[in-house]
Amino acid sequence: MNADASAAFDLEVESVVKKFAAFTAVDEVSFTVPKGSFFSILGPSGCGKTTLMRMIAGFLEPTSGDLRIKGRSMLGVPPNRRPVNMVFQHLALFPMMSVAENVAYGLRRRGAGRAEIEEKVAAMLARVGLPDAGEKRIDQLSGGQKQRIAIARCLVLEPDLLLLDEPLGALDLKLREQMKVELKQLQADVGTTFVYITHDQSEALVMSDQVAVMNAGRFEQVGNPQALYYRPETAFVAGFVGDSNRWIGAAVAVDGRGIKLATDDGLVLYGTAAGRGQVQSGGSLDVFVRPESIAISRSGKDMESWHNRVQGKVKNLLFNGANSRAVVIDDKTGFELIVALPQTGEFADLQRGETVHLGWSAEQTLCFVHDGAAEAA
Amino acid sequence: MERVSAGTKLTVLVLFAPFILWMLLLVILPHIDLLTISLRERVAPRVYEFSFKNYMEFFVEPLYWRTFARTAIMSILATVLTLIIGFPISYYIAKIARGRLKSSLFLLCMLPFWVSELVRTFGWMILLRESGIISGVLQWLGLADGPVEMLYNDAAIMVGLVYTSMLFMVVPLVSTLDSLDDGLIEAAYDLGGSTIAILREIVIPHAMPGIVSGCIVVFMLTLGNYLTPTLLGGKDSLWFTEQIYNQFITRFNWEQGSAFGFLLLLLSSAIIWTGLRLTRQRLQDTIK
Repeated sequence: MNADASAAFDLEVESVVKKFAAFTAVDEVSFTVPKGSFFSILGPSGCGKTTLMRMIAGFLEPTSGDLRIKGRSMLGVPPNRRPVNMVFQHLALFPMMSVAENVAYGLRRRGAGRAEIEEKVAAMLARVGLPDAGEKRIDQLSGGQKQRIAIARCLVLEPDLLLLDEPLGALDLKLREQMKVELKQLQADVGTTFVYITHDQSEALVMSDQVAVMNAGRFEQVGNPQALYYRPETAFVAGFVGDSNRWIGAAVAVDGRGIKLATDDGLVLYGTAAGRGQVQSGGSLDVFVRPESIAISRSGKDMESWHNRVQGKVKNLLFNGANSRAVVIDDKTGFELIVALPQTGEFADLQRGETVHLGWSAEQTLCFVHDGAAEAA
Repeated sequence: MERVSAGTKLTVLVLFAPFILWMLLLVILPHIDLLTISLRERVAPRVYEFSFKNYMEFFVEPLYWRTFARTAIMSILATVLTLIIGFPISYYIAKIARGRLKSSLFLLCMLPFWVSELVRTFGWMILLRESGIISGVLQWLGLADGPVEMLYNDAAIMVGLVYTSMLFMVVPLVSTLDSLDDGLIEAAYDLGGSTIAILREIVIPHAMPGIVSGCIVVFMLTLGNYLTPTLLGGKDSLWFTEQIYNQFITRFNWEQGSAFGFLLLLLSSAIIWTGLRLTRQRLQDTIK
C-alpha cells in the first residue's frame, strides 16, 4: 500500500464481507472517504448499514476484507484503541456523570492531565454552544442539547473519523431540520471526517459531500447528492432517493439510449435507458418519473411539445406549502400519478375532479432493466 | 388541593388493610411487647420492676457482645462474598446470556428454593461430614489418609450462608443490570475505556441501587439466620440468634431474650446505616 496515496483518505474499506451464519449482512463493500469530508451511508432498515458501521467502530470483525484508517489496517484492533469515535443512535450519554464529566470521559481514560482536561472540555462545550452546561445532569438537557453533548464527547478526543449512527432519529421534525444545518456547519468548522448512517434521505442529501446508497448488504451507488437524485444508476436508487412515479413495463423498440415502451397497464411512453443494464427490445423495465419533472396544464395544447402526454382527472390535492402535489388519475389506464404543483399561483384554485393535461420528456423518463432489486424500496 | 372523597379514602383503607394489619399485629405489637418485657427485671416470683439490667448484661458479659460482634462480622463477610460471587453471575444473566439461556439460568438460581432451607442445609451436611461424599472422594483419590471432617467450623457456616443468600443478591442485581443500556457500555468502550474502568465507572454506579438492596437483604437474612449456623456450625457456631433462642427456650428468661432481640434490631439497623453512610448511598435510591 502506497502511504502517500492513502494519506488523502481517512477511511478505506476494501471488499468487506460480514456473515452471520448463513446470512450475509454486508457483501463485498468497498469505498474510500476523503479526508475532511461528510460521507453518508443511506439505506432502508436491515440493509446492513449498522453492521458496516459497527465494523468500522470495531464492535464487529469483518468476515473478510480490510478496513484502513489513515492507511493503517484496523483488523484486530479493539474499539478503545481505534482513532474512531461513534455517536450512538440513542446517544448513550452517561447518566451517572455530569455533562462536563461526560465530555471529559475519553480524555480521562487517556490519562490526560486535569488542567488539560478542563481546558479542552470548556473549549469543546463552547464550540457546541453550551458553555454553561458543564455542571448540569444529563436529564436536565433537552433533546438537541443531548445531541450536541454526544458529539462534543467524541470530538474532544480529536478522532480521525467520527461515526454517527442515525443520531437525529429521536428528535422531532423541527429540531431535526435545525440539527441538520448545525451538524453540517459543525463538520465544516472542525474539519473532522464524518461518516453518517441514516435511513432518512433528506438528512443524507442535505448534509453530505458523498452519499452511498446501500441495499441488501451492497452499495448500489456512491456519489454526490445531485448525482444520486438526477442520475440514479439503479432502479433501487431511483425509487429510494426522492419520490417517483413508477411503472413496470416492457421495451417495444430500442434506439440507442431512447426507448419506446409499453407499461403493464397499457400506457405507451418514450423513455431513456439509465443504469448499467443493457435494455433489450421486449425486455422488462422499471420506469421512473419524478413528480416535479411533469408539466401540468388545463389545456391539452400546451402539452404538444412533450414526448409523453397523459390526460386525467385530479383525484386528490396534497397541500404542503411549497411541496404541494396533485394526485391525477390517468383517464385511459386508471394509473395514479403524483404531480408537483408549480408555485406560480396558476393552480391555486385547482379542484378535485378537474380534468388536467400532463406532459414530460423522454429524458426525464428513466428506464432500468427490471431485476427485482427495487422491490425492497 | 383537591379534596379526597370519602369513597376514595375507603378504597385506600380497604386496599391497605392487609398490610396495616400485618405491620400492626406481626411487627409493631410484638416489638412493643418485646420492649416492655425487656425493660423489666424479676425481683421475686411474679414480681417485676423497671430496670435496664437486661441491657447492661449484654455489655457486661463478654460472651454476649462478642457473640454479637462475631455474628455481625461473619454476616458482613457473607454479604461481601455473596456480592462478589453473585455479581458476575448476574452480569452474565442480564447482559451476556440471551433468550432461553437467560431464562433457564435465572430459573436455575431459583431452583434450590423449591426445597426447604432445612433440606438444603442437610444437603451440605451430607457433602461435608466426616463420612460424607467429599471426604469419601478425597480418601478414594488418596488425597487424605483418614476421614476428613469439614463440618462444624466457620468455613462451613460461610458456605451455607452464601449459598442460602445467593438468590436474594442475584434477583435485584439482574433487574438493575438489565436496565443498563448496552449502548452505555459500548460508548464507554468506544471512548477508550478499558474493561475495568467501564466496570468501575459505568456498570457499578448504575447497579448501585441493586447492590445496596441486595446487600441489605442478604445481611439482614444472614444476621437473623438460625438454622444454617446451628446445623453447619454445631455447638461452636456461636451465632447471636442462638443466644436469643437459648434465653427464650432453654433458660426461659424471656426478659433477657427480649432485650437481645431488641439489641439485634438496633445494632443491625446501626450497621446498615453506617454502611449506607460509608458508601454514600441513600435508602430511598434503592427503590427505583
